[in-house]
Amino acid sequence: MVTVKHKILVLSGKGGVGKSTFSAQLSFALANKDYQVGLLDIDICGPSIPKMLGLEGQDIHQSNLGWSPIYLDSNLGVMSIGFMLPHPDEAVIWRGPRKNGLIKQFLKDVHWGEIDYLVVDAPPGTSDEHISIVQFLLASGIDGAVIVTTPQQVSLIDVRKEISFCKKVGIRVLGVVENMSGLRQPVSDLRFERIDGVTGVEDVTEWARRYIRENAPELSSLFACSEVFDSSGGGAAKMCAEMSVPFLGKVPMDPQLGKAAEEGRSCFEDKRCGASSPAILRIVEELIASHEQ
Amino acid sequence: MVTVKHKILVLSGKGGVGKSTFSAQLSFALANKDYQVGLLDIDICGPSIPKMLGLEGQDIHQSNLGWSPIYLDSNLGVMSIGFMLPHPDEAVIWRGPRKNGLIKQFLKDVHWGEIDYLVVDAPPGTSDEHISIVQFLLASGIDGAVIVTTPQQVSLIDVRKEISFCKKVGIRVLGVVENMSGLRQPVSDLRFERIDGVTGVEDVTEWARRYIRENAPELSSLFACSEVFDSSGGGAAKMCAEMSVPFLGKVPMDPQLGKAAEEGRSCFEDKRCGASAPAILRIVEELIASHEQLLA
Repeated sequence: MVTVKHKILVLSGKGGVGKSTFSAQLSFALANKDYQVGLLDIDICGPSIPKMLGLEGQDIHQSNLGWSPIYLDSNLGVMSIGFMLPHPDEAVIWRGPRKNGLIKQFLKDVHWGEIDYLVVDAPPGTSDEHISIVQFLLASGIDGAVIVTTPQQVSLIDVRKEISFCKKVGIRVLGVVENMSGLRQPVSDLRFERIDGVTGVEDVTEWARRYIRENAPELSSLFACSEVFDSSGGGAAKMCAEMSVPFLGKVPMDPQLGKAAEEGRSCFEDKRCGASSPAILRIVEELIASHEQ
Repeated sequence: MVTVKHKILVLSGKGGVGKSTFSAQLSFALANKDYQVGLLDIDICGPSIPKMLGLEGQDIHQSNLGWSPIYLDSNLGVMSIGFMLPHPDEAVIWRGPRKNGLIKQFLKDVHWGEIDYLVVDAPPGTSDEHISIVQFLLASGIDGAVIVTTPQQVSLIDVRKEISFCKKVGIRVLGVVENMSGLRQPVSDLRFERIDGVTGVEDVTEWARRYIRENAPELSSLFACSEVFDSSGGGAAKMCAEMSVPFLGKVPMDPQLGKAAEEGRSCFEDKRCGASAPAILRIVEELIASHEQLLA
């Protein structure tokens, strides 16, 4: 751990908010900027990182220096419990002490080498694993935590708990990311349906696209947006102001980002994630800047 | 527990798939059908049920019979760790044994009375709490588990683990629900943005709506659909076939359902959740029917 310059913990109060997706894309973004990056997935029960980095089925090796991360690129190494499960369908049903033992091994025995950033993707919530992780990491210094949330009130309630956890254990909150902040996609990606009481639901996508091309072509260059999760309560920005923590920004819900995560791709690889990757990049740059300050 | 006829455990391999939303709406649906219903929220670290039932800030009372659930209606009682937290912002950071102690109390000391269905909303995943919950409940009999998922592959991977957990500990899988199965809403509800490298993101909704009215008015009567989570892998239905468990159905992503959850309302109260309530009701009716077949 002494060879790791910066450690960033990625947390969420609630599951399913896009924490692992964000950890993966944060790692890709840092690697693209030529930093030496490590990504550690310590979600013992639900390790998502192997799939999101396109590394399912990989085995890990031990050298005399310790466990070797799997290298996606020369400057992006990944380690996950997922690499150690013999059967992907097998549930990891371990009690606290056994889980904590494995986490301890992960944190101590992985040979990262000299890297600039270690991104630690934690499980959601505030549980045994979190206490253990924090105890081990604090010993060698954590720069801070990024907390991922959605605009939903049930999610924000859990973020408040997460922030109070960080304050209690002495971790700096680097900021909060509001994910799934509205669905945004190119109008050309939409499908259309006609619904009536007689015929029921009819897919009219082909007709509608032709209709748009012929009558309203300027629509095709726009993005359509839906507020899937009601943010009239002020969302994460307002909560951050109330709790005096930095608000890092919003990332829209982008079906192309979900697809990239399913297929283990970086959202920066091409232009498909145009609805979300600029927002992610801005947040990453904000993180690096405030960090170096 | 002997006074509880049927116990249904609601599980998910992964968080954020709508498990608690489903548990809440399942409870509302059963209560609407005049069953006596109890809803137990044992997600110690992230108890969502009080908010989803509009019961935030309530205190619980003890009687000589045990802890009393909070009654939403005469036939719908709710118990959650959320009712016991002094400060809603306070994180519950307990180690396993303390959590297990509280779960044990919840399962033993809550006085449900004679009820038809107890819906148990578990935390996501397969952890300490799950082992404890299952051990306690199996002693008095669990009818089975409903597993909630989204179409996402990362979610389905975790569902497979959840199914293998159920098989390992001897819980029958009553079925799988695929939630957030596509977003559907009126074209007239959409907002529009222009994005370019120079000016960034610009909201052009007013302009776009006028443009549509003047040039392509037939669009306004249509519904726009997005497959938010790619289901080209076959989604939950295919996974259920592969793992020989029942597929209960799909529930679309409905912003109105999310709003109902935020505001503690039943989705069956009025017509706002027209995009999702019929699907949920169909799934509940399927559950009751197959249930009663099982016991017959």
